[in-house]
Amino acid sequence: MSSNSTLTTMRRTVEQLKLEASVERIKVSQAAADLQQFCLQNASKDSLLVGVPAASNPFREPRSCTLL
Amino acid sequence: MGEMEQLRKEAESLKDDITAARKAVQDLTLQDHVAGTAVVGRVQLKTRKTLRGHLAKIYAMHWGTDSKLCVSASQDGKLIVWDSYSTNKVHAIPLKSSWVMTCSYAPSGNMVACGGLDNMCSIYNLKAKDGNVKVMRELAAHTGYLSCCRFLSDSEIITSSGDCTCLLWDIETGTEKTVFAGHLGDCMSLGVAPDFNTFISGACDFTAKLWDIRDGQCRQTFGGHESDINAIGFFPNGNAVITGSDDASCKLYDLRSDQELITFQDSSIMCGVTSLAPSLSGRLLLAGYDDFNCNIWDTLKAERVGVLSGHDNRVSCIGVTPDGMACCTGSWDSFLKIWN
Repeated sequence: MSSNSTLTTMRRTVEQLKLEASVERIKVSQAAADLQQFCLQNASKDSLLVGVPAASNPFREPRSCTLL
Repeated sequence: MGEMEQLRKEAESLKDDITAARKAVQDLTLQDHVAGTAVVGRVQLKTRKTLRGHLAKIYAMHWGTDSKLCVSASQDGKLIVWDSYSTNKVHAIPLKSSWVMTCSYAPSGNMVACGGLDNMCSIYNLKAKDGNVKVMRELAAHTGYLSCCRFLSDSEIITSSGDCTCLLWDIETGTEKTVFAGHLGDCMSLGVAPDFNTFISGACDFTAKLWDIRDGQCRQTFGGHESDINAIGFFPNGNAVITGSDDASCKLYDLRSDQELITFQDSSIMCGVTSLAPSLSGRLLLAGYDDFNCNIWDTLKAERVGVLSGHDNRVSCIGVTPDGMACCTGSWDSFLKIWN
C-alpha cells in the first residue's frame, strides 16, 4: 500500500533527522584553525606545493648520459 | 493522514534545528581565520609522463599505495595497470563488459576492481600463482550502475551505485554485508576516511553523506550544491570533505563543525567538476572539469593558483599519489598524464 510505505519512509526520515540534529558540533574557529595547522605542518612534505628537485623526482629522466 | 502531516511538520522543524545549530557554532568563518595568510604562489606543474595505450575514453584511475603503480579503466574494455615511472603496462586486463565507470587498486596491491553499466563490481586477482590475471569475484546485487568502488582491504570493498545506495561487501563470500541507504538520487562517488571507520558519498540529490562503516548509519548530511555531486574526497586529516559538482563549484565541508566552510568557484568557470584530489598537505585542491582543464585551488584561500592544460577532451579522473609526489589526470582523449 503506497500510503503505508510513504508513512514508513517519513518516519525513517524523521528518525534520521533526529540523529543528524544531535551531532556534537565544534566551533568553526577551532575547525578552521585545525585545517590551517594541518596544511602548515605538512607543507614541506607536499611535493606539488614546494616542488621536487630534479634529481629526486622519480618521474624525470636522470640527467647524466654516457657517450658511446 | 494526521500522522503524515505531523511527521512532515516534525521533519521541517528538525531541519530548522540543524540550520540553527550550525549557525550557533559559526563564531568565525574560515575566510576570517585565514585573512592574514598569503595565497600560495602560482603552481606550475609539468607533464612528466604520458601513459598511452587505451583506445577509448578513460573513465577512472586509482593509484596503488606504492605511489608507482596505478590502474586505469577505459570504455575500450580494458583495465591497465601501469608502472608510472617507466610508463610500462604491467597488466592489460580485458573486461567482460566494456561499459566501465570506475576502478580501484587494493591497498595491498594484490587486487584491482572495476564496474559500470553491468551493475556489478568485478574483483581481479593480480597475484594468482599461474601469473594470469583473472576474475576472482563478481559482486552482483546493485540494481543500478556501479559509479565508484574502493577497497578497505583484500576482504572488503565499498561500492556506490545509480540505484541510490552504497554497499559494503565481503569479497571472500561475494555477499553484501551492509546497505547504506538514504540518498534520494544516484550515488556518483565515494571516499574512504584515512582511519577506515567512515566513508563519504556524493549523489545526484545534491548532497554528500558521511556513513559509519560498521553500523551502516548515516551520521551527517551536507547540502548546498545546486546540482549533482560527481566527485568527493576527504581532506587528508580526515576532518573535512571536499565535493565537486555539475554546478561548477567545489565545496569544503568540515565534519566536526558540521557545515560548509568554503566554496571554490569563479564566474569564468561554467562547466561541471568531474573529479578532484587534494594534495598531501591539503593546501592544494586539484579539480578536473568538463572544459578539458584541471584547476588548482589554494584550499584555504579559495583562489585559483594554477591550471593543468594538455588534454584534448574532458578530464574524467584525477588522483594524487599517496606520497604526494605527483598527480595523474585521465581523460576522454584516452591518455593519462603524470604531473609534478
